[in-house]
Amino acid sequence: MTPAVLHRLIVAVSDDVIAHADELTALDQAVGDGDHGINMKRGFDAVRADAQATAEKPLPEALKAIGTQLVMKVGGASGPLYGTLFLALSKEIAPDGSNLPAAFGKAVEAVKARGKSQPGQKTMLDVLTPVQTALAEGGADLRARLPIVAASAAEATVPMLATRGRASFLGERSVGHMDPGARSTALMVATVCRVLED
Amino acid sequence: MANVGIVIVSHSPKIAEGAADMVRQMVGDGVNLAYTGGDPGGGLGTGVESILDAIDRAWSEAGVAILVDLGGAETNSEMAVEMLDDERRGRVVVCNAPIVEGAVMAATEASGGSTLEAVRRTAEELSPQ
Repeated sequence: MTPAVLHRLIVAVSDDVIAHADELTALDQAVGDGDHGINMKRGFDAVRADAQATAEKPLPEALKAIGTQLVMKVGGASGPLYGTLFLALSKEIAPDGSNLPAAFGKAVEAVKARGKSQPGQKTMLDVLTPVQTALAEGGADLRARLPIVAASAAEATVPMLATRGRASFLGERSVGHMDPGARSTALMVATVCRVLED
Repeated sequence: MANVGIVIVSHSPKIAEGAADMVRQMVGDGVNLAYTGGDPGGGLGTGVESILDAIDRAWSEAGVAILVDLGGAETNSEMAVEMLDDERRGRVVVCNAPIVEGAVMAATEASGGSTLEAVRRTAEELSPQ
């Protein structure tokens, strides 16, 4: 991956998360403590500010820089969770990115351990896991397929009952709302695929 | 041997400070004590950077026990522990205990010179098994 492409990816993902901050906050007001959009915006403001310097690093170092910014700046539970995703990915990924499916699988395992959670509990894992499966399957149409897989997986969290995270305090009242973490994950997947498609 | 230090991590700076006040009044100055609350933007929440700073302020060679309130405080505290250097990482624990009662019980145990494991056990006796 060239620094130019990496730079486009960082800026596009940051801009999309920032642009959707109000939507993420609204989702989080329904099932959580209403800070997901604000927290993610703060984290990605910091990531975006460093985009130029980060894009010039080798891929593993760039992912590490992004993960560290998210851990330090996001706050809430999503900071360590998204931070862990990027930090674990930075440890596993080959400099040329060729082992992405395997590295992504390890990173998803790290998120499960950090959140002490499993898929089916109305969290970001409900998007990360199907995305991981699709990545492992591969195929020529992967970039077209992944955003659809991610979006429908996020949609599938609507009827779920939350048993982890803040939403679990709501019990049955968490049913009927999309999980904000699932939504932000799907958003990032779609943006990455769109940029790589161009 | 120094006593185990105590760190209090709440989403609310007021709760963190209030719990620390109670510990000081009930246990005195025999243990290192630090608290932190609020997210990096100044709202309710917790942040890894401020938790690392609190661990540093409460640092003791005997280790540090962290008491937390809700989910994000625990996740951020565990993340902070992992980011410590190798020498310190094994000497910091996040207790599964109610924040106020846990902090008071942990500090009481710590002030008697108990080990980190004993301090954690005493705090966690408060949690339903």
